[in-house]
Amino acid sequence: METNVIHQLPKPVDPKADAVVEIKDLYKSFGSNHVLRGFNLNLKKGENLVVLGKSGSGKSVLIKCMVGLLTPDKGIVEVFGKNIPKLDRDELDHIRVKIGFLFQSSALYDSMTVRENLEFPLRRHWISKTREEVDELVLEALDNVGLKDAIDLMPSELSGGMRKRIGLARTLILKPDIILYDEPTTGLDPITSREISNLIVDIQHKYNTSSIIITHDMACAKIVSNRVMILVNGIKFTEGTYDELNNSIDPQIKPFFE
Amino acid sequence: MPKKSVQAFKDVLLEVGGISDFTIRFFKEGFKPRYEWTEFGRQCFIIGYKTLPLVGVTAFIMGLVLTVQSRPTLEEFGAESYLPAMVALSVIREIGPVITALICAGKIGSSIGAELGSMKVTEQIDAMEVSGTNPFKYLVVTRVAACTLMLPLLVIIADLISLYAAYIGVNIKDVVSIDLFFSQVFNSLVFGDVLPALIKTYFFGFAIGIIGCYKGYNSMKGTEGVGIAANSAVVVSSLVVFILDLIAVQIAEIMGLT
Repeated sequence: METNVIHQLPKPVDPKADAVVEIKDLYKSFGSNHVLRGFNLNLKKGENLVVLGKSGSGKSVLIKCMVGLLTPDKGIVEVFGKNIPKLDRDELDHIRVKIGFLFQSSALYDSMTVRENLEFPLRRHWISKTREEVDELVLEALDNVGLKDAIDLMPSELSGGMRKRIGLARTLILKPDIILYDEPTTGLDPITSREISNLIVDIQHKYNTSSIIITHDMACAKIVSNRVMILVNGIKFTEGTYDELNNSIDPQIKPFFE
Repeated sequence: MPKKSVQAFKDVLLEVGGISDFTIRFFKEGFKPRYEWTEFGRQCFIIGYKTLPLVGVTAFIMGLVLTVQSRPTLEEFGAESYLPAMVALSVIREIGPVITALICAGKIGSSIGAELGSMKVTEQIDAMEVSGTNPFKYLVVTRVAACTLMLPLLVIIADLISLYAAYIGVNIKDVVSIDLFFSQVFNSLVFGDVLPALIKTYFFGFAIGIIGCYKGYNSMKGTEGVGIAANSAVVVSSLVVFILDLIAVQIAEIMGLT
């Protein structure tokens, strides 16, 4: 797959599309550090939403609350109409299969090869799949990120960009409806960053996924976003398209785009 | 009481509380399906088979040295014919289980602490969680169960190797047939020598597994935390092995098994 040029813009979102994620009045603190203070968000089916904010503003906390890695102090986090903090373990595991999560560090399992990393979620959830079907899905996921040849490598043998792509392939293998990207281009050179950004758009087109992309990388935000949201002091400060916010003269918004 | 001592005492209590909570969670989650048989088998191989060479060599040296060092003292009393019995009692009742447990605390405890610690700080445990896998069951329950099951087996093998080394040690100065040596060994042993020693090794194995996992699973502070987890897993589990040994001896005495 050719990924080093911008091949396409993000897929336009149907204004009548249903919201797949709705967050209302979300609060989360760590001791005296009040990270989220009544945050609201909604994500529509097929939409790429970029969340911007300073370091420590609670962006990662937000998406960790969405998959139940963190429990909010207060508020509603509805994914496909289910309030995540209220779900029991089995219900949560069931809904997690529909949510892909790309970690900032890629979080590949060190002791497993790339193939085993990709097979891991498959084997957990589709026990009845045959060897051939599993192989086919692994190769399809690797093909999506252009790394078929890396199938038998160990994570330690991969570059930073390759790790991100393999992490993305592992995220894609269960064909999630929602993908949460935690700083997908951090630590990568501009060319690899652009490749990853293009890949995010390709995935949106191919699988009609809804995504939340946490990033500081404005080039990435420009390529991938249908909508951009800015998080300041634990609340949604503003939102709009990339161009709308880029043209803003608000002193709180301008620094992000300079 | 100085402030530092109070704080140290509080830290110890917190640690004991943390390990107790972790143990309760092990029993709550360990017996609920789904069971992770494949990972359990893999851990049995790693913990049992891969530790065997180290345990075997140590046991051989231990049996040989104990025999050679004990001979002069027994010779002074003209009691060298009791050498096989003395070595057998020492090895089977105390030295075999405790030394094997300490070696395992060093090798297995540190390895589990470092592995889980590293998985924690690189978000691999979170990745497992969001893929709908219960990491506690997959990582902790399997390792603790494998440790509990493998340690008694390692101790039995270590005891046999030590006794064989003792046979060689006896034959350095005397000529004793293997039949005579082992008949003296078995004649000197009673049920109360073997059973309590074997039972306590299950507790040693459980303690090494649970402490290694607890330290790794709760590791913090990045890579520094991994080192701390590995180190404190060895220190705490070695200490707990001695404490459990002391308790086991007292219980055996109360039950009239000594």
